[in-house]
Formats: sequence, structure tokens, C-alpha cells
Amino acid sequence: MKRTLPVLIVLAALAPLALPSQFLVDLAMLTAFSALIGQGWNISGGFAGLTSFGHAAFFGIGAYTAAILQTRWGINPWFGLPVAAMLGAAAGAGIGFSAFRAGLRGSYFALVTLAFSEVFRIAANSAGITRGGLGILIPLRPGLANFQFTDRRASYLVALALLSLAMAVAFWLRRSRFGARLAALRENEDAAAALGIHLVRTKTQALALSGAITATGGVLYAQTFLYVDPSIAFGIERSVEMLLVVMIGGAGTVWGPVLGAIALHLIEDTSRSLIDTPGFAPMLYGVVLLAIVAFLPGGIAGIGRRHA
Amino acid sequence: MLEVRGLSKSFGGLAAVKSVDLDVPQGSITALIGPNGAGKTTSFAMIAGFIRPDAGTVGFNGQDITGWRPDRIAAAGMVRTFQITQPFAGLSVVENIRVGAFLRTADPDAATAKAREIGTRLGLGPMLDRNAAALTVAGRKRLEVARALATEPKLLLLDEVMAGLNPSEVNEIVALIRDVREGGVTILLIEHIMQAVAALAGQVYVLAEGALIATGTAREIAADPRVIEAYLGHGAAARMASHG
Repeated sequence: MKRTLPVLIVLAALAPLALPSQFLVDLAMLTAFSALIGQGWNISGGFAGLTSFGHAAFFGIGAYTAAILQTRWGINPWFGLPVAAMLGAAAGAGIGFSAFRAGLRGSYFALVTLAFSEVFRIAANSAGITRGGLGILIPLRPGLANFQFTDRRASYLVALALLSLAMAVAFWLRRSRFGARLAALRENEDAAAALGIHLVRTKTQALALSGAITATGGVLYAQTFLYVDPSIAFGIERSVEMLLVVMIGGAGTVWGPVLGAIALHLIEDTSRSLIDTPGFAPMLYGVVLLAIVAFLPGGIAGIGRRHA
Repeated sequence: MLEVRGLSKSFGGLAAVKSVDLDVPQGSITALIGPNGAGKTTSFAMIAGFIRPDAGTVGFNGQDITGWRPDRIAAAGMVRTFQITQPFAGLSVVENIRVGAFLRTADPDAATAKAREIGTRLGLGPMLDRNAAALTVAGRKRLEVARALATEPKLLLLDEVMAGLNPSEVNEIVALIRDVREGGVTILLIEHIMQAVAALAGQVYVLAEGALIATGTAREIAADPRVIEAYLGHGAAARMASHG
């Protein structure tokens, strides 16, 4: 069992490549993408318990970084990827340091992140470098060298690669000193401080790491859909998607974001095939979130695991 | 090892701690006692960096640590436990202790091994892989001590680790604290249970209404009329003397 499970997971992850329908490959690609940004959120929101309503800030920074670098200065998006991650980390460190040093916790911190993402959205709407509300159209130049793929299976593989990286970070957190410190400050800040954990620094590092991973999701989005505008990049919907994926799957668990992404996209696509009314999906998200909070506070990953 | 001078704190108009002086020599077990509300826990919180004192200084190992953050004080080698136990409730017992061990090592395997060893030594062996929330009161008190010990402290501040324990559990903890001291850790403890204080502490400080009213050995303290009055009320010492 211990040896077959990883093999099964790899097989399941690669199975969509064999699918005949572009639609299903598309679905797999979107699921991997949601799992990636969900894992980004999970690093700070789940492992460290720093609930954020504004992770779109990091996602948008990633998307705009890739878009602006290649359309303005012709810089290759493969190079844009690490730059985006660094800028995402810098934004996470900046937002984190100012919020945590001021002692903001819980819903106050969540609201501040929401405010930051809104500030970024409004700034992107008026700034010249982001072309304001027009958004940025990335010229179509398919090819591996340009990080653009006409075949969705290739997009899926790239999403899978980035997701694997994010998963590796999550596995490292479950084992490492840094991960133990995040869990400690999530459970009890006073006790964590008494045992020598520098709260502001550790939380700031967590948000920086989270920002970096979430920003790579932004690059992936930009290179897949080739268009970025302020509400796509910094809109509240993206923040909600990340939060929802993690809440459904199981916050602070390694596999939670993956399980949550699969569940969310299954629910979304099934419901869309049944009821195709605009606005139905967000309403359904609300219902799902309520149901999870009420009946499965540990998410899907928490099923069968009873905390004694 | 610990030198507290003129430590004071007011909350609103209430003076919780009034100019407390306290010395803990290296290798000793020193006790801080006093009735409820005397300011013991507030003094502890100030010494360990959780509350900033209004006035006074805290010296540790010859260094002025007044106003340091708790994590910096812990890293310097002074670690406190909490009267109201603060377990990481979502983590297992061994994961709880591991957090302390990680202060001195970054290696996950070394931290886990050390956490298991300390947990076993403190009698938490059968509970190591259980959730910390499943521990009894006695278990939680032991967990507080285990986590603090895992940080390899030079000075351990124990805040009522015996409250709520039955007599046989108290005896076990008393033996355990002696053990810890034998291991080279200096101890300052807050305690209500005089039996334990008498068994452990060399020097006892008595705090009442925020001020130090007496210091001495446990025997001297028990005979001190000011201490008896602080606990039992005005005139109690005289009444006891007259009833012989």
C-alpha cells in the first residue's frame, strides 16, 4: 500500500494526457491550476493559519509580471517565471511585515489582505504600465520556448510541473523546522513565542513563500489564456477560489488543495451542465462552503481522521 | 543568574506589581509564593518578556534583558511555562515537544528523537503519538515542562505546574523537578502547594498585593506573621499565637 499509493497518484495525474477530449484535458489543466494556487494559499492560510481574503494580490502580480515583461521588453516568460515568484515573495513579505508587526491577526489580517488586493486592482486599472482597464493581450507565439502551447496537454504538463514543486514545498513543511514553527504559531502564539519562535519574522516568511508560489500560478494563467486585466488578475473571485479549494480539501494538509480542486471543478462542471444561469456558480460555492464548514470542518482530507 | 530589580507594573489604576526585587542564584530552586492575585504570574510574564514592565530591570546571566521579546529571551536560555496550559492542541504530544527541540537544532530527525526522549523521561511515553488535546490536566502540565525542557534552558520558569494535581501526581512532579535541577537547570517556580515548595525550594519569596513581604527558607516563611496574615487575613497570626 505504502509503495503503490505514490504510483497510483502519478498514474492518475498523467491519465488526462491519454484523454481523447480536449474538454477533459482542459478540465484537468484547470484543476491542476486551482490546486497550484490553492497550495500557494495553503502555505500561509493552512499551515500557518494566516487566513487571507486577498491572495489575488500575489496571483495578479505574477500574471502582470509575465505579461508586462514580454510585451514591453520582450523578456521571455520562462525568465519571467522566477522574476514573478520573487516579486510575489516581496509583496508577501511587505504585506506580511506591515500587518504582523502591527499585531493584526485573524479576521483583521484577512481584511487587510483584501484591502491590499483591492488597492492593486485599482492601481492596475489606472496605471500606464498595466494598460489600465484595457488589459494586456499577450501575442500568440506558440512554442515551448515562449511558454505557450496550442495543445492543452502541454499546458497541463506545465501546470503539473509547477504543482509538483508546490507539493514538494508542502511535504517539506510537514517535516521541517519551519513547518513545525508554522503549526506552532497557528495553534498558539503565546506558547510559540515562549519556545523561541520569532512570530513576526516567521509569519512574514510564510506569507512570502506563499506569495511566491501563488505568483507562479499567475504566470501560468497569463501564458495559458494570453490575456490579463485588472479584475482577472486582482479580482476577489480568485482569492475566493483559492480559499474555497483549500477549505473543501482540508486546510494545512499536503493533499487538501489537490482534493479540493478536483471536488470544486467536478461540482462546478456538473452544475454548469445542469443549470447554466450566470451567477449560479458563485451561489453554489457559497452553499458548498457552508456545507463544508458545518459538516466537514477538516475538509475532504479530514474525513476519517478523528482528533481524539 | 536572574536579577530582578524594582520591577513594577500597573494595569489602569491598579498596581499589580510594586517594585519587586528577586535573585535566583545559578543551580538553585527558588520559589515565588503568595495568595491569589498577588502578582506572581504578572511578575513572571514581565521576566519572560510577555509584558513590558513600567519600571525596573531584569538581568539574566549578567545581561540586561528588560524589554526583550519572549522568543529572544527563550533563545538566550530562559523559558517559561504557562499556569493555564497552552498546548498546541491540533498537534500530537511529540510534535508539541518537537517545537521546543527545534530551538536548538534544524534537523527534523534529531528534533523528533530528542522530543521522544524528553517526553518519555517526563512520563508521557504512552501518549507521545496521541493528540495533545487528549491529555489529562496532569499530562498537560508535564507537556508544558517537556516542551520547555526541549529548548535546553539554563533557567526554567515554572508557573504552577502542580495546581490541579492529586497528591501522588504532585510527588511525581516534585521528583521530576529535582531531576531537572540535577541536570543543571536553574529553576524559579510559582507554587501554591506549600508541601512542594518546602520539599524543593532553597529560597522562597512571598508576594502579597503586588509587593514582596518576606523572603527566606520555607521554614522561616511558614513562621513569619506577615505571611500568615497575607494568607489568612488581618490578625490571624495573633489569633493563632493566642490559641497556642
